[in-house]
Amino acid sequence: MAGHWRSAELVGARRETDTARSLTLRMEGGWPGHRPGQHVDVRLTAEDGYTAQRSYSLSAPAEGDTIEITVQRVLEGEVSPYLVDIMEIGDRLEVRGPLGGWFVWDPASTDPVVPVGGGAGIVPLMCMVRARRKERSKALFRMLYSVRSPEERYYSGELGPPASGDGGLDVFVAYTRRVPEGAARHPGRLGIADLNTHGLPPELGPLCFVCGPTGFVEAAADALVALGHDPRKIKTERFGPTGGHP
Amino acid sequence: MTTSSRFLPEERRLDANMLAGPLSEIFAVDLTPAFRRCSMCGHGGAFAQLHVYVDCPGLVARCPNCQSLVLRLVRNGNTVWLDLGGTGCLRLHLE
Repeated sequence: MAGHWRSAELVGARRETDTARSLTLRMEGGWPGHRPGQHVDVRLTAEDGYTAQRSYSLSAPAEGDTIEITVQRVLEGEVSPYLVDIMEIGDRLEVRGPLGGWFVWDPASTDPVVPVGGGAGIVPLMCMVRARRKERSKALFRMLYSVRSPEERYYSGELGPPASGDGGLDVFVAYTRRVPEGAARHPGRLGIADLNTHGLPPELGPLCFVCGPTGFVEAAADALVALGHDPRKIKTERFGPTGGHP
Repeated sequence: MTTSSRFLPEERRLDANMLAGPLSEIFAVDLTPAFRRCSMCGHGGAFAQLHVYVDCPGLVARCPNCQSLVLRLVRNGNTVWLDLGGTGCLRLHLE
């Protein structure tokens, strides 16, 4: 049952940036599978019994009893510094999930999709991209990814030039602070013009998924509505101002 | 809980997607995909779109349209306080 805490062991780790790491966790007692976009709650218990819990989006479809999350280190965070820099292979923590049945993409759907991610908000959207590839979905994806600088991009190998099996996936990256050399677009926030140019027209009725820091999500969702998108087809998930679930 | 005073409450708020875990300790069904009709303002939308404030001893959910209080959830050890006073009407699809 989703509400039940279960032990999980770290069996793999991959650095995404200087401040973010993907963790592969093996779930004791198995895993029922999850839908792209869902998250888990993670709980750490100190030796004195103090506990701290946070939510993290699942970044890939499950492989048997293993799941993957990507964690961004949050300044002065209680949980993320441990997960990003300290936790070692073989260490354990507690997980409950999969959680959340609303911010999810159905790989059986052929409707076009506009995933819009800000910072760590790319994580549940990456799960959708990976599930799309795995299920050989033909749904058109026009993704917009807002990130401060090239160094802070997650998954740059997979979300760069179209990977094999990713036909029909376009990724536009909006750098907000510093752009790579030769980039045509000046650094700046992802705005209504970017969504208009690199998203899909509202007439196609795409499903829009917007995830990231609170301010980013609310601005992007407002811009999509202003462009004429049906608010009922815009799904949002806020990570708070720091870019990580609290 | 680490929060920063650099941000206004509106910038720190989350949404009810994050209530899926805490509510799974209480309810057998995930409420976050439910359609909710606000009893105060009549606004209709997904339960997951409620605004959630976490800068308090518990979790406080408000209507995204009229900001009226929808739900309060406080946990103290194995005791849970749940105030559903402003829930309005929910429509759920059962699997």
